[in-house]
Amino acid sequence: MDSATEAPPVDERRDAVVAALAEALGDGLVESHVEAGVEVCVRVSADAWVDAGRALRDRCAMSYFGFLSAIDWMPSPYGRDMDAQVDLEPSVDAEPAAMEWGLAGGATRFQLLARVHDPIGHLGVTLKADLVGERPEVDSWIGVYPGANWHEREAWEMFGITFRGHPNQVHLYLPSHFEGNPLRKDYPLLARRVKPWPGIVDVELMPGGDGDDGGDEGEGP
Amino acid sequence: MTAVDDPRQLAYIAGQASDARVNLEIETEGMTLNIGPQHPATHGTLRIVVKLDGERVMRAEPIMGYMHRGYEKLVEVRTYPQVTSLINRIDWLGSFANEVPFILAAEQIMGVEAPPRAQWIRTLLFELSRIANVVLFLGDMGVQLGAVTPVFFAFRDREFVLNQIEAVTGGRFHPNFDRIGGLKDDIPKGWTEETKGVLGRIRKFCDEMEDLVTGNEIFQARTRGIGVIPADVGLSYGLSGANIRASGVDWDLRRDGGIGLVHDQLDWKVWTHPDGDSFARYWVRLQEVREACNMVEQLLDGIPPGPVMAKVPRIIKVPPGEAYVETENPLGVMGYYVVSKGDLVPYRVKIRSASFNNISITPWLLEGTYVPDVVSILASLYFILGDIDR
Repeated sequence: MDSATEAPPVDERRDAVVAALAEALGDGLVESHVEAGVEVCVRVSADAWVDAGRALRDRCAMSYFGFLSAIDWMPSPYGRDMDAQVDLEPSVDAEPAAMEWGLAGGATRFQLLARVHDPIGHLGVTLKADLVGERPEVDSWIGVYPGANWHEREAWEMFGITFRGHPNQVHLYLPSHFEGNPLRKDYPLLARRVKPWPGIVDVELMPGGDGDDGGDEGEGP
Repeated sequence: MTAVDDPRQLAYIAGQASDARVNLEIETEGMTLNIGPQHPATHGTLRIVVKLDGERVMRAEPIMGYMHRGYEKLVEVRTYPQVTSLINRIDWLGSFANEVPFILAAEQIMGVEAPPRAQWIRTLLFELSRIANVVLFLGDMGVQLGAVTPVFFAFRDREFVLNQIEAVTGGRFHPNFDRIGGLKDDIPKGWTEETKGVLGRIRKFCDEMEDLVTGNEIFQARTRGIGVIPADVGLSYGLSGANIRASGVDWDLRRDGGIGLVHDQLDWKVWTHPDGDSFARYWVRLQEVREACNMVEQLLDGIPPGPVMAKVPRIIKVPPGEAYVETENPLGVMGYYVVSKGDLVPYRVKIRSASFNNISITPWLLEGTYVPDVVSILASLYFILGDIDR
């Protein structure tokens, strides 16, 4: 159904979701991204977060709650990327790398990410919201989607995002005396401190191959 | 008085204090009972603290984290091909199905499409994992309620399915077989015929279950009308898979969403049940195993010729982008939100696993039930701890 075989340039159903949100939220809708036939991603302001959920549920029949989480857009200061065998200590005076955002843009380090779905019309929406500050706060979705309860507890312990109005904001997975927010990019990966990662394998060049993106053919049957 | 400065001792005290806090929150007037972490009904290590008034559950609070492995963090330091060996272990009974949505998400960002033959074999293994997974549920549901025989039948017949998966992938539980752009290998010679034989066994197993369990008076008494989930409540908690179809919601991503898999080319039916109780969940799953057998049979007959791997670079770099792909896994809807920044490793992967949402309804659902029903409800919701804790 959603497969983009003959992707039309205009996606009326996804555009209608954006229009409905724009009508319900006004200025609360910051940016939207519609990839015809594939995906719709809407960024709203943090103040409009709960209203956006309610509008999707009531106006767009998005009765199914998919997930709620967050993204930390600050590049890791540990050089923990491509070939990082160890989790390096950041150098003190290094300039923090510039942040780049994904679909529907962004403006702050922390971005809420949620997904709801219309199980009758078979359409899903990704919702994002920028959160200001290092210890951001946002209103809880529990009143709209009760299933958000555990997801918000997870986001709270993993990213340090506080959900106002959450009835039971305690650790979900981690022990209750745990300190820190492990999914933040500046949280060290202790396993790599203890032991270098043995999983980086140098791919040997094929005889006559020209290296990295040599466009190798897959093996046929 | 001596000061406590041994960190281990401090950690112990903190642990005791947190346990005490749990008990305090559920302020016991009646009795507080720990179900788990080690309990047959918890499929792993889930602990449920229930406050009882006599036999009636006043409040139930699941406590997770005994199996939290931090995959979302680890995935950020694994290259894309390495990720599959981790996410294999999320739902360990239907491992291959875990790999599929992630690979599809990466393919979507890269703009790669697997060749038709790879898509068919993917769908084939996807459905075989479903059979291996749900067959165990059917046996397990019986044993939770006191019938020991079904679980032996389930283990006996699941073995044949696992053998077939092993024959293709080399791994009984962790195939690690799906690749960006296709599959690691083709199916071996003679495998198609063997698999058809196995399907016969599974069909017979389903009939046996029908005879042994479904009509059994005790089974009916302990599941009918127990743990009823209305459709709207289930959806607002994000229930999916057979759990929501047992509440009458006619929604199956294999039919309604599927990209990358070939379910739309097969002749099959989505089963629903209007009751929403434990029995309905069991019944829907039983029908789904039969339906999966039908699908596998059609898939075996229709595998198109051709390569099983598209042209992809040997070192896979996924261009910057984001994709969310979800599929109808044995336990329910499983999705991966993959954010790529053009590196060898994903920037962020949000794993939306089915059991996490499926079990998040338990505080609501268990309230007001009786202790023996807790077991039948948990068994019928069917979760895998790895799929909750990730």
